[in-house]
Amino acid sequence: MFASILQRIGQAVFVMFCMTVVVFIGMNLIGNPIDLLISPSATPAERARLIAEFGLDQPIWVQYWRFLVGLVHLDLGTSYIFNEPALRVIMQRFPATIELALAATFLSVLIGVPLGLYAGLRPYAPLSRFIMTGSILGFSLPTFWVGMMFILVFSVQLGWLPSGGRGDTVTLLGVKWSFLTWDGLSHMLLPALNLALFKASLILRLTRAGVAEVLPQDYVRLAHAKGLSARRVVFVHVLKNVMIPVVTVVGLEFGSVIAFSVVTETIFAWPGMGKLIIDSINNLDRPIIVAYLMIIVLLFVTINLVVDILYTVLDPRVQFSKARTR
Amino acid sequence: MPSDIVDPFARDPEATARPLRDFARSYLRSPSGAVGLVLLVLIVLAALCAPLLSFQNPYDLLQLDIMDGQLPPGASSMAAGYTYLLGTDDQGRDMYSAILYGLRISLGVGVISATTAAVIGATLGLIAAYRGGRVEAAIMRLVDFQLSFPTILIALMILAVLGKGIGNVILALVLVEWATFARTARGVGLVESRKEYIEASHVMGVPTWRILLQHLLPNCIPPLIVIATVQVARAISLEATLSFLGVGVPITQPSLGLLISNGYQYMFSGMYWMSVFPGLSLLVTIVAINLVGDRLRDVLNPRKDS
Repeated sequence: MFASILQRIGQAVFVMFCMTVVVFIGMNLIGNPIDLLISPSATPAERARLIAEFGLDQPIWVQYWRFLVGLVHLDLGTSYIFNEPALRVIMQRFPATIELALAATFLSVLIGVPLGLYAGLRPYAPLSRFIMTGSILGFSLPTFWVGMMFILVFSVQLGWLPSGGRGDTVTLLGVKWSFLTWDGLSHMLLPALNLALFKASLILRLTRAGVAEVLPQDYVRLAHAKGLSARRVVFVHVLKNVMIPVVTVVGLEFGSVIAFSVVTETIFAWPGMGKLIIDSINNLDRPIIVAYLMIIVLLFVTINLVVDILYTVLDPRVQFSKARTR
Repeated sequence: MPSDIVDPFARDPEATARPLRDFARSYLRSPSGAVGLVLLVLIVLAALCAPLLSFQNPYDLLQLDIMDGQLPPGASSMAAGYTYLLGTDDQGRDMYSAILYGLRISLGVGVISATTAAVIGATLGLIAAYRGGRVEAAIMRLVDFQLSFPTILIALMILAVLGKGIGNVILALVLVEWATFARTARGVGLVESRKEYIEASHVMGVPTWRILLQHLLPNCIPPLIVIATVQVARAISLEATLSFLGVGVPITQPSLGLLISNGYQYMFSGMYWMSVFPGLSLLVTIVAINLVGDRLRDVLNPRKDS
């Protein structure tokens, strides 16, 4: 088992290494950052001095080596716009993104599980058909479009909820949080709902499929035959077994919630790292783009690695089949 | 040959005399599928005939009148003498014409990227299915790796590196989508390549490329068509998202997503028409394609019949 886990870790490290090469080469294809940084009226001497200062006069492999050394020391360069270390700029915005992603995940379970349960228990009820059609819309509507409609209806027309920003925050453990104040919560509701919609549809369909699969099972029929109340059968015997795949998917999809927060944050002007990366792409702020990409790749490689290792630990068949082929 | 012996290879004349007509009939049995198809045909026609249907060329700055800027739907033009059915944007551009032209770009990007991705993905998937072994392992590893990242992230990475532009958006969409086609093609290809006719042509010494192209590919087409339909809708949606974020198509070639983005800031001051109408067009397009894709899936998948 250790051998296969070590092998997986090795693969993850290799993938990370490949991504550093891809990102580095890609970044060097974008135009010369010097053109953006100094005014066109600068003297050639000043220009040369700046190029040397950023190390842009070195051969590309030297630049790549410096980049790698910087990565190991968690130094991803200084943002051209903020004039602060890129990693620090991103980390300042990280809590806002995490807060939004957690709220969205929570909402998607809160919406998806009960609706999926209902649609699974009463597959032919008109409301179930309505719910299932709604879930198709949740899948196919672009997130930004739904977010725009939310703002148009709830902020512009009705004026019930604010259209952007984080609202009042409370500092807890050195980090600002929105969910602890009423104002912060009211700012968070629309973006979190927007981000949750796609995942809610996914969870809804999973739950419904799970219920349909579990209902005809013997233990459910036995529970009914024992004379347990319908409520107890549904909430204890059915729901418990349906929740296993739901929990797996919620965990696996958390990374993708963070990725899609790019869209929601931009629409609702939520000051997280998703909005930061879009602004940085538009400003050609290379160090921030590189740092963001490296963090996201690391996040996904880690999530995949953890899932793989968990499967190896939890499901003995995975390693047996490997051992046999050796 | 005695007449009571049925030739097992003869086709049932009733069933397959007019395969296309049978297909159309079973497709149209679903009202939602029919509605989707009608909508989609209308949308494609509108996009193709955009110059004939619109009052002005929204890219020709000479035809725009800045005095007509920010007019609500139904207002009439000061100079040109026609009614702005869906209002105008801040430059005085007729929204109705802009939507028709935007539709062309959105549909074009979606169809081109999905088709290219289908060709690349299906080729790799079929090769993986037919060859097996190390080739298959390498291709499927890449597919799994690709599919473990969310689509928007891959597209964002590519556009962050390459910058804006229609060509770059198409490239990003192809790189995002090929893996889905490869996985489907391999799945179908695996089933098909175990059948006798493939084995027979292999034994007869037919070259590999001919087996792949002439025998394997035609039998894998139906599921690929379903995937391709849905992927066109996904490509259009993703392109609109990227353009809305400002990293997609350039301002000179506005797709529906960019039109929505341009009108977005005016929405807060109540000028809803600049982004809501392109948004509705985008929505109807995506829903129509998905309805058609859903129906095709039901019709082309014999297991799900009845």
